[in-house]
Amino acid sequence: MGGDAAGPIPTEQHDFSLWEKRVDALMVIASSKGHFTVDGLRRVLEDMSPQSFETMTYYERWIASVNQNLIESGVYTTAELAARMSDVAARGATYGEASHE
Amino acid sequence: MPHDHHDHLSPSGHPYRPDDDHPLTYWQQMEIAIREILIEKGVTTAAEINAQIDAMDARSPANGAAVVARAWTEPAFRDDLLRDASAASASMGFDIGPMKLIAVENTADVHNVIVCTLCSCYPRNLLGLPPDWYKSRAYRSRTVKEPRKVLAEFGVDLPDHVTVRVHDSTADMRYIVVPARPDGTDGWSADQLAALVTRDSMIGTGLPKDPGAIAQTPR
Repeated sequence: MGGDAAGPIPTEQHDFSLWEKRVDALMVIASSKGHFTVDGLRRVLEDMSPQSFETMTYYERWIASVNQNLIESGVYTTAELAARMSDVAARGATYGEASHE
Repeated sequence: MPHDHHDHLSPSGHPYRPDDDHPLTYWQQMEIAIREILIEKGVTTAAEINAQIDAMDARSPANGAAVVARAWTEPAFRDDLLRDASAASASMGFDIGPMKLIAVENTADVHNVIVCTLCSCYPRNLLGLPPDWYKSRAYRSRTVKEPRKVLAEFGVDLPDHVTVRVHDSTADMRYIVVPARPDGTDGWSADQLAALVTRDSMIGTGLPKDPGAIAQTPR
């Protein structure tokens, strides 16, 4: 990415939402406990297609990478994740509703 | 049409935070699922996650400004900072963990600017979370290619004789810029000087505030 042509630098700033801060916290906690490294986080980010950088937000890419690393290190399986994601979606249509069991 | 807030009450009867009432996205669904699995498996706890978010929210560029102001007023600390910035900032209570932090000093002849071309590596222990523009494709692409033009967009116009050094951060190595102490600040205390040190001046995309524009309070 470094050295590629690009337009003006965007100046908008957004406040981090709760879910974004949680992704950041999960990354810091899981890596500090040895489940993966910052290099592991970046390896998955760098493997993503250029299109991912256009269509996904920053913390969307991070949670995708955190997930990949945790599955690789055996913390949980894809089946466990799929089952839990179904449970989450069944709770409600908004982030707040889906956050409460 | 106004929102019907009765549809937005949590099980405890409180309204959800504003950013919680948007339609659930696939990636948010994944975050909730991963967080719950990690708690169930004993990797972390809800309290630990909340504490980590609180610690993140508490970090701000004021930390970095305190370090810079001390380097401006204590030559021995400046030397320590330039030799081993991880240890020097840890001695002020700003622990960077296992990462290596390198302080680069601006002078009359050299201007430093930091970037992370691959992602968003940033001296978070001293500056808090990076601003959105630092993570933007445009900043990351162009800063290594045309730094003077990028700096000019931020309002930093450097004379031709000033060398621009661009430092590309990595996962394990972060940089912080020590801006040059503004003229006209002789006799200022470290606290007074810290008020001049902006976030962008420690990234290199800005300069310290004009001392003439800061009302000095007697100490």
